[in-house]
Amino acid sequence: MNAFLLKFRDRKVRDIFWQGLASLALVAVVVFFVKNASDNMMKAGIASGFNFLWRDSGIEVPFNLTGYKPSDTIWALLWTGIVNTILVSVASVFLATVVGFTVGLMRLSHNWLLSTLAAVYIEFVRNIPLLFFVLFWYFGVLAALPTPKESFDFLGIIFLNRRGLSIPTPNEFLGFRLALAAILVLIVAQFVLARWARARQARTGQDFPVWIAGVVLCGALPLLALVAAGATTSWDQPILRGFNYRGGFVLVPEFVALFMALSTYTAGFIAEVVRGGIQSVRQGQIDAARALGLTPGRIARLVVIPQAMPVIIPPITSQYLNLIKNSSFGAAIAYPEIVAVFMGSALVATGQAIEIIAITLGIYLTIGLAVSVFMNWYNARHKLVTR
Amino acid sequence: MKTAAPPLPGWVAILRQRLFSTWLDTAVSLLCLYVVWRASLPLVDWLLVEANWKGESREDCTSRGACWVFIRARFAQFMYGQYPVPERWRVDLLGLLVLFAGIALSWRGLPRRKEMAIAVAIVLPPLGIWLLHGGFGLKIVETREWGGLMLTLFLAIYAGLIAVPLGILLALGRRSRLPLIRFASVVFIEFWRGVPIITVIFLASLLLPLIMPTGFNVDRLARAVIGLAFVIAAYMAEAVRGGLQALPEGQVEAAQALGLGYWRITRLIVLPQALRISLPAMTNEFISLFKSTTLVLIVSIFDLLGIAQAALADPAWVGMNMEAYVFAGAIYWFACFGLSQWSRSQEKRLQVAHGR
Repeated sequence: MNAFLLKFRDRKVRDIFWQGLASLALVAVVVFFVKNASDNMMKAGIASGFNFLWRDSGIEVPFNLTGYKPSDTIWALLWTGIVNTILVSVASVFLATVVGFTVGLMRLSHNWLLSTLAAVYIEFVRNIPLLFFVLFWYFGVLAALPTPKESFDFLGIIFLNRRGLSIPTPNEFLGFRLALAAILVLIVAQFVLARWARARQARTGQDFPVWIAGVVLCGALPLLALVAAGATTSWDQPILRGFNYRGGFVLVPEFVALFMALSTYTAGFIAEVVRGGIQSVRQGQIDAARALGLTPGRIARLVVIPQAMPVIIPPITSQYLNLIKNSSFGAAIAYPEIVAVFMGSALVATGQAIEIIAITLGIYLTIGLAVSVFMNWYNARHKLVTR
Repeated sequence: MKTAAPPLPGWVAILRQRLFSTWLDTAVSLLCLYVVWRASLPLVDWLLVEANWKGESREDCTSRGACWVFIRARFAQFMYGQYPVPERWRVDLLGLLVLFAGIALSWRGLPRRKEMAIAVAIVLPPLGIWLLHGGFGLKIVETREWGGLMLTLFLAIYAGLIAVPLGILLALGRRSRLPLIRFASVVFIEFWRGVPIITVIFLASLLLPLIMPTGFNVDRLARAVIGLAFVIAAYMAEAVRGGLQALPEGQVEAAQALGLGYWRITRLIVLPQALRISLPAMTNEFISLFKSTTLVLIVSIFDLLGIAQAALADPAWVGMNMEAYVFAGAIYWFACFGLSQWSRSQEKRLQVAHGR
């Protein structure tokens, strides 16, 4: 006994002892849970395994882009949910970024009214639960919209009513494919031009208005290409027939509510990130740039943004990740995303809770892992740049 | 901004500098004023001027503003849910006890403050469950009858009571010397942080009954509390880790040199300093826990937002959506805003204490 106590004074022995004890406890707990689960499932007669994924689902999904039908498999149902999650996430990330940057910059304005308005928006959005906004948009705003007959119409082509947002869709995509190809070429051209301009400036000191060229090449011309493509394509127009709009594509109210709630909510957080990032650039940097005679636009482009972006991007990425996770709030208003169709409908239909929960969590964890891999890559790359 | 303040200019000068310094500035200010004017006028009109305050039923709401009669008629439900009326004094009593304990403990001059805090932390939570749930002489109130603001506070406080100690342990585990403990902590933290809270609440309500021995029933509300607590514990752990990392190495080394063991170093040297640093971050996590409690709606537990949502289905009060949402939203907003202001003041105090 004494010898054991003496040995226990050795840190290595102690470490092994405690870790052994901890792992034993962990294994015991896991075994206990697994045994209970298998007993309970046997008693309830629930099957196990992943064969259910290839069974017919028989579940109706009112809004899908995949051409899914209730006679398809549960696997197809899951895929429809994933596509819907991606759809609402991508759309919301886009709007949240635009609104977030705008509000964040407004917050920094020296104009007291503008910055106070931004502050009010940020404090309003950040201190109320997201679920509140989702329900508010769905039951408060969209339910109060007019019937299809009295829709709000935007230029006579987009219609907003209680049944959702009807938008026209192109009948063929050839024009848009051409436009897309043209845009890719323009982006490459801008890239080459920027390299050439930099090399020339290094060689001769001559300046080239890359910024303006960029606006033309990556902004104005692509817009022109898209307009041209749109004008030459025939469109499927939403038209009022009887009590509802036919034709085009209908974004269901669930989508619109979730999209509005997610993007306005996340925008409040992004605004704070943007504000913090820009404020992290030291005043001395801006003073020095001004002393060198740079114009305000150049100070922003050459001094502030390059130093603020590395501070902004990691937290903004985690906000995007939060947004993707938060798209699961769609389950509360029956927007058919992963949680609603798979963890909800499919689970009720099959009863295979463990498998379904594992798959759902696995999907979110994979997305999270991908984002954090990107983040590590970005941070590592950034470190090389700044020494 | 950081230059010394110039001699105090008059109001006109301030206005001119902050609102009308250039023509663009003036245009922006005027546009803002216009937006505020256009937005606030109908809002104030609806909220206050044209609102209906007195009456009993929907018919008393005659003017076109908000119908606050609805909130008055339903106020008790918003607070207590379906909690039986004759037993509601128990909720009030518990609320008063918590309030009293909170005020007493935040008074710096309280004799034996630390011991008192520990005593309260040990006695109050079980006492609270006894008062709310009943048994031992009190009439039992099933958890499905709980609801409203009382349930929201219950969820937040009890999940927080589990999450804070668990989070501290996880943060310590993540920085442990022992690779196995470190690995287990990292997996636990990253797992719960990686999945949406909604799926965790689903998971808790579906899996907890499944992994318990047959016949052992986990209460519906307890499942939600456990699910919330696990997620928030993972986030808390990261908040605490920030505080642990901010602590200079020398603190632990000095304590080791004095011959203190791990737990004594942790209890006497590391945690008191690290927790003070991470208090603002932990408060922010608590705010997000408070907001996340709304998600129990998904498993048909009716917290404040759930009650507001359910009230919309009442045929006697059709079309009160806005009133219900504004009332519930305002409560959430004031609670979260208050907490976040408090957390900011803590942060400022910390900066002052550290001399920056």
